[in-house]
Amino acid sequence: MQTMLQPNTTKQKRLKKRKRWGIHLFPIPALAIYGLFIVYPQLAALTYSFYDWKGIKRGVFIGLDNYKNLFTQEPFSGYFWNSFGHNVLYFAVQMIVQNGLAFLLAFIIYQKIRGAEFFKIAYFLPRLLSVIVVGFLWKLILNPNYGALNVIFGAFGLENLKKAWLGDPDTALMAIILVNCWFGLGFAVLIFLAGFQAIPRDLLEAATLDGAKGLMMLRRIMLPLMMPSIMIMTVLTFIQSFEAFELVYAMQGSQGEPYHATDTLAVFFYRLAFGGGTGDSTAIGLGSALAVLLFLFISVITAFYLRYMQKKQVDM
Amino acid sequence: MKTTIWMKPFYYVIAFVFASISLYPIVLMILSSFKPSMEIFMHPLALPKEFSMETFKKLLEQVPFMTYFSNSVFVSVVSVLLTLITTSLAAFYIARYTFWWNHIMFFIFLMGMMIPIKLGIVPLFILMKNLGLTNSLWSLILMYTATGIPLSILILTGFFRTIPRELEEAARMDGAGDLRILWNVVLPLMRPALGTVMIINFIQSWNDFFFPLIFITDELKKTIPVGMMSLFGEYSADWGALFAGLTLSSLPMIVLFFIASKQFMEGLTAGAVK
Repeated sequence: MQTMLQPNTTKQKRLKKRKRWGIHLFPIPALAIYGLFIVYPQLAALTYSFYDWKGIKRGVFIGLDNYKNLFTQEPFSGYFWNSFGHNVLYFAVQMIVQNGLAFLLAFIIYQKIRGAEFFKIAYFLPRLLSVIVVGFLWKLILNPNYGALNVIFGAFGLENLKKAWLGDPDTALMAIILVNCWFGLGFAVLIFLAGFQAIPRDLLEAATLDGAKGLMMLRRIMLPLMMPSIMIMTVLTFIQSFEAFELVYAMQGSQGEPYHATDTLAVFFYRLAFGGGTGDSTAIGLGSALAVLLFLFISVITAFYLRYMQKKQVDM
Repeated sequence: MKTTIWMKPFYYVIAFVFASISLYPIVLMILSSFKPSMEIFMHPLALPKEFSMETFKKLLEQVPFMTYFSNSVFVSVVSVLLTLITTSLAAFYIARYTFWWNHIMFFIFLMGMMIPIKLGIVPLFILMKNLGLTNSLWSLILMYTATGIPLSILILTGFFRTIPRELEEAARMDGAGDLRILWNVVLPLMRPALGTVMIINFIQSWNDFFFPLIFITDELKKTIPVGMMSLFGEYSADWGALFAGLTLSSLPMIVLFFIASKQFMEGLTAGAVK
C-alpha cells in the first residue's frame, strides 16, 4: 500500500512546488512600480537633505545644515513658520466648517428625508472636478470686478461684503480654505452617512424605549458609535490640509499671493524645489529637508492619533 | 430614530441651502460657457441670451483641446488597466497565501497611503529625466499606476478574503494553474471591487494636475488639467472661452457620474470606510 502511494505523493509534492514557485511572480510588478516611484523617492529625498546642492548638481555632504538653515536663515525660517501657521488654520477651518457641516448634513439625510439621493449627489458633485478647475472657477467667481459673488452680494444689498476676496491678505487664505471645504463637503457627508447607517437599528430602538431622544440620543448613543468615521475624516483632513498645494497654486500662484498671505508648506516646498518663477534659485537641499520634516510630522501625528483613538475605543 | 415633527422643515431648509451652494457654481460655469465674454461681464448671473456654440468654437481654435482630451483618455485608461492588473496579482498573492512575509508586504503597500508622494517630486523628476520619460505620457501613466497601488491593494485584498476557497480548490483539482484560477474563477466574482478600484483610479488620473505640471512642458503632451493652465495663462481676458474650457474639461467626468452615480459614491468612500 505504502509503496504504491509513494510515487504519487512525491509527484504531487513536486507539482505543488512548481506551482508555488510561479506564484511568487505575482506581486513583482506591483512591488517594482511601487518601490521605484513611491518608496525610492522618499528615501532619496532623505539622502538629498544631507547634501549641499548647486542647482540640480549634488555637492558635498553637510550633515544637518539644511535643517538648521531652514529654521535659522531668512527668508526661509520666516516662510516656514508663516506657512506652518497657514496649514494649521487650514486644518482647523476644514475640521470645523467642512466636517462639522458634513456631519450635520449626513445626520439630516439619515433622518430619511425625501430626496436624500438628490442631496447626496448635489453635495458630491464638486468632488468630481479637477482641483485646478475648482481653483480657476472660483477665481472667476471671486473676481472683484466681474465675479458672480460680489454681484450676488450687491443684489442682496450687502454692499460692504463686496470686496477683492483674493487680493486682500486678510481674507485670501480664508477664501481658499472655504473653496476647499466646498470641494470636500460631499465626500465627508458620504463618510459620515456610512457611519450613521452602520449603527445597529435595534440599539437605537432600545435607547428610544429607555427614553433617549433628540440631542441626548445624538450625544450619548450615536456620537460614540460615530467615532470610527470621525477618526477617518480627521486623519484624511489632517493629511490633506498639511499637503495643501494645488488649490493655492491654482488661485494664488507659487508665491502664495498676496505677499505670501496664502503660502503653505507644500507651496513653499515647490518654490524651493523648482524656483518660484520670479528669479528665486532652487534649493534642493532645503526643499528635501522640508519634505522629510513634513513627512515625519504627518506620519508621527497620524500614528499617535490613531493609537490614542484605538485605546480610547477599547476603554469605552 | 423618531424625529420630532417640527424639526423636519428645518432639515429641508438646511439641506436645500447647502445643495444650492454646492450646485450653483457648477451651474454658473456651464451657463456662462454659452455666453460671449461681454455678456458675462454685463450680466454675470443671467441666463444666456442664446445657447450659441461660439465660445466652444473659439476655445478649440485657441488651444489644442482635442489633443489634451485624447492624452487624458490615453493616460487614464492605460494607468487604470495597469493598476488593475498589477494589484489583482499582488492582492491575490497576499490574500491567498500565508508566507511569513505577506504581512510585511501588505503593511509596506498600505504605508503608501500615508506617504506624501508629492514631496518626493525632486528625486522623481531626476528619475524620470534619467529614464528619458519627461515630456512623455508614460511618466504620468507610471505615476498614476504607482499612486493607485496602495488603496487598490487594500480594497482588493479585503475582497479576495471574502471569496470562499472551495471554488479554487475545485479548479485546482482539475489541474488549473494559479493564473488561470485567478483569471477564470476569482476575478469574475470580484466585479464590484474591481469597479471600485477602476473608479477611484480613473478620477485620480483624469483630474490630477500636479505630475503633468512637473513632468510635461510639451504643449502636445499635456493632459486636460495642465492644458487649462495654458488656457488661463494666455487668454485670461476671454471669460467666455475660459468658462467653456472649464465646462468641457469637467463634462466627461460629470456624464460618467450620472451614468453610475451610485457606484461612484460607494466606490470613492469604500476605501476610506474599510
